[in-house]
Amino acid sequence: MNIVRRAPALGAAEPPAPSGAGALAGMERSLWPRFLVAGVALMGAIVLATAVGPAGIPLDATVRIILSRLTGVETGDSLPALWRDIIWEVRLPRVLLAGLTGAVLAMAGATYQGVFRNPLADPYLIGVATGAALGATAVIVSDTPHSWQGLSVLPLAAFGGAVVSVLLVYSVARVGNTVPTTTLILAGVAVASLSTAITSFLMLRSTTHMFSVLSVVLGSFNTATWGELTWALPYAVPAAVVILAHGRVLNVLSLDEEQARQLGINPERTKLVLLGVASLAAAAAVSVAGTIGFVGLIVPHAVRLIWGPDNRQLLPMSILFGATFLILADLLARTVDQPSEIPVGIITAVCGVPFFLYLLRRARMGAYW
Amino acid sequence: MRGSTVEKATAALDARGLTVAYGPRVVLSDVSLSLQPGRLLGLVGPNGSGKTTLIRAISGVVAPRAGEVRLAGDDALRLSAREVALRTAVVPQNPHLPPAFTALELVLMGRTPHLGLLAAEGRADVEASRRAMQATDTWELAGRRIGELSGGERQRVLVARALAQETPLLLLDEPTAHLDVGHQAATLRLMARLCRSEGKAVLAAIHDLTLAAQFCDRLVMLHQGRVVAEGSPMEVLTPDRLREVYGATLHVLAHPLTGRPVLAPDGDTG
Repeated sequence: MNIVRRAPALGAAEPPAPSGAGALAGMERSLWPRFLVAGVALMGAIVLATAVGPAGIPLDATVRIILSRLTGVETGDSLPALWRDIIWEVRLPRVLLAGLTGAVLAMAGATYQGVFRNPLADPYLIGVATGAALGATAVIVSDTPHSWQGLSVLPLAAFGGAVVSVLLVYSVARVGNTVPTTTLILAGVAVASLSTAITSFLMLRSTTHMFSVLSVVLGSFNTATWGELTWALPYAVPAAVVILAHGRVLNVLSLDEEQARQLGINPERTKLVLLGVASLAAAAAVSVAGTIGFVGLIVPHAVRLIWGPDNRQLLPMSILFGATFLILADLLARTVDQPSEIPVGIITAVCGVPFFLYLLRRARMGAYW
Repeated sequence: MRGSTVEKATAALDARGLTVAYGPRVVLSDVSLSLQPGRLLGLVGPNGSGKTTLIRAISGVVAPRAGEVRLAGDDALRLSAREVALRTAVVPQNPHLPPAFTALELVLMGRTPHLGLLAAEGRADVEASRRAMQATDTWELAGRRIGELSGGERQRVLVARALAQETPLLLLDEPTAHLDVGHQAATLRLMARLCRSEGKAVLAAIHDLTLAAQFCDRLVMLHQGRVVAEGSPMEVLTPDRLREVYGATLHVLAHPLTGRPVLAPDGDTG
């Protein structure tokens, strides 16, 4: 990825029209420094979120415990065993699960926005997340075994629910070759309401599983274990590989379908592939972390507003910032009201929405999309 | 491509008996036309005569109900979208363009058929885009966002995108529609030059009959989805045919320098 777009200056005064040579110089600027900074920020968030908690474990001890487990070199033997368990078995899985969920939701949101050519598409708003929750709930209340050959079936059931939702919303919302914002959101809200209603009904019918279902519906990381991470990764990682490979193609799809075809892209097949893998990843995230709103909407738009719409940087930056954002949101969720926790969805809304509105206000509406 | 030495050069475009319908409405019936490399063919006809549909059918966007399209000898209906896009580029009439991309980024999208899924644009692609933008007088717009361009600038950037695609055949749907008189002539002069010097074949749907007559060697006139005339501008643009097809009385004058037809409508004779 050595070809790069010019970054539009956010909110700055209109720059003088750059010459062609200026545009070329901008294109040859590499994206890697940007990715590196975002990656370092993510690492910082992981360490910070792992170090903060009621047990009062110092930051250096946290780092030593993580490093000793990662490298196999025993450097933390002077530290209490309880600390090691708290860091490695309780906090780190939770932090990483929050990061994985944030990364996947932001990636799926950016992908839906590109495929639907619609700025309001998001796993939550178009009913994919609630459909996935319904699929997962159906398995939870059915008393069938939740895993097969070590692979959890929860993500697959969630995927089934997500795919039914996205196909239903898409077919209802589609007008000719486009998916207008209004019909997409109306259809998404309607389908989401229906699946939420069925999920609530299943939950109330099955009081023994009420807690498991509630954590899927509300979205929470407080039961996170390494197991949940290893369930979700086999779905999330291949999906990310496929989506990241389609960055340039998604740019072409942001034209209309007729132009995409005339430029050599098969729009129907490409959209099907991208919707499929984005829904698979979103469903895996919902099945382990529950439905968490706003991440898939806010993170890609923030990236777009700051660095522009090129999907080759939008998709990786959304993944990195989605992870960072949800890790920090979850950190707040478990620390602001100690000793009790508040649902992370409240934090994502309270922190994310004002920031989002601020960005929208600064950019001239519509000019960045 | 077909390893045979045919007696004359393979036509860049060969459409035979094309019939296209949207549902029950037949918009093209039995249209045939052929275009050799190095030729600029003007496609004229009133609004709704099927010009845009013909371009969509040739570029594989709509499947014809009957007939066939050959691009440099290959059956277009059997080619993938990418293979078609390597053979023909299109300047569409009213395309949706994402406003936040820059003009250069849009032109670089013309390189899509030359790139694999994972490939990034390289030097050659940037060079092709630069040449295309310089040829269309848009290079100084390279860093501007699409949303900030005027209709005419956007139109020329779209022509640059089609040139950057580096195809033997160009299909232009009203390439001069949003342009001022100077850029109208410049665009069509560029097309004529590309035909002469690079041997490209150009099919251009042109609304303005006088403009078409000045730059095209041959015209094809469509009316109600059928070819009603084909030949030199002088042969096609006769007062009787214009009255019949356009329902208008037009005077056909001769250009003072070239002798090509210039059309003048009946003034207000009140």
